[in-house]
Amino acid sequence: MPKIEVNETRCKGCQLCTKACPKQCIEISDTFSTTGYYPAKLAKQDCCIGCGMCFQVCPDIAITVFR
Amino acid sequence: MNAITKRPSSLTQAQFHYCPGCGHSVVHRLVAEVIDELNIKDRAVVVAPVGCAVFADKYFDVDSIQGPHGRGPAIATGIKRAKPESIVFSYQGDGDLASIGMAEIVHAAARGENITVIFINNTIYGMTGGQMAPTTLVGQVATTAPKGRNEKLQGNPINVSEMLAQLKSAKYIERVSSDSAPNIIKAKKAIKKAFQNQLDGVGFSFVEVLSICPTNWGVTPLKGLEFLREKMIAQYPLGVFKDLTVANKEGK
Ligand SMILES: Cc1ncc(C[n+]2csc(CCOP(=O)(O)OP(=O)(O)O)c2C)c(N)n1
Ligand code: SF4
Repeated sequence: MPKIEVNETRCKGCQLCTKACPKQCIEISDTFSTTGYYPAKLAKQDCCIGCGMCFQVCPDIAITVFR
Repeated sequence: MNAITKRPSSLTQAQFHYCPGCGHSVVHRLVAEVIDELNIKDRAVVVAPVGCAVFADKYFDVDSIQGPHGRGPAIATGIKRAKPESIVFSYQGDGDLASIGMAEIVHAAARGENITVIFINNTIYGMTGGQMAPTTLVGQVATTAPKGRNEKLQGNPINVSEMLAQLKSAKYIERVSSDSAPNIIKAKKAIKKAFQNQLDGVGFSFVEVLSICPTNWGVTPLKGLEFLREKMIAQYPLGVFKDLTVANKEGK
């Protein structure tokens, strides 16, 4: 199953990926990271289709897509 | 399972200092990917502007120079003429390019310099705290237009791409947007073409990228995207305003 990994020290919690994901797999964490932002996370199991849309919109190159 | 995405090697590991959601960051990635794909990292030179992208040299892992406000196209001209083998790009915001630097961009285009210009239009001065730019929309609030830009007092926005396309020596002018994944993919194609043109000796190539500045617009990044789509594109339609690429490849 494809998946994404979010680099929490790069993510600034802008939320652009949450809207770009065509499957709405991404949500914002309710705990903050060491950099003080609420980072994105892959919230649902078996949801990601590995399309890479979140990577495209992520300003901080915080997302790696695996397939 | 394999990673299908990666950080371009033409970027350093430095974390961007840009605000959450800022369009500059997206465009930095696109430019770096293009430099990787065209295999020009050793020859590329970024001319960083004054504005939020003033530290672009910290991020692009290529040769760099940071110029006085708005003078990027003049500096790029000098570098390109002195060292024609280098691939020179001027990266500029709308305050830098369309206010203080308007003369430099117009004349570089009029001279037909074989350089690449990446123009970030976010309708505002970002770095200095949200003053009105020549690109600010009518009705849009800025610190220097607290009631919104008034056509009667401050005139109308300047559509830089359309204006430069009038100049005979400008060869490739396109406006793209960084608001969605499909548009970002299109933006990269335009940026790649603007660099390929320089390699092919085509001449002056210019890509305007519509971008969000959520901080100075006073909105969340997601709301910023809505403003870009609903308001900005109405004033700044996307598309190719000029493309003399094929006719001007060296040797043709
Ligand atoms: C000669 C000079 N005049 C004015 C300034 C102040 N100044 C710094 S950045 C800037 C505008 C930047 O806006 P823009 O080019 O739109 O870039 P952004 O920050 O939005 O990316 C201004 C007016 C300066 N640094 N130098
Ligand atoms: S102030 Fe605006 S242009 Fe500058 S980094 Fe922040 S969002 Fe980007």
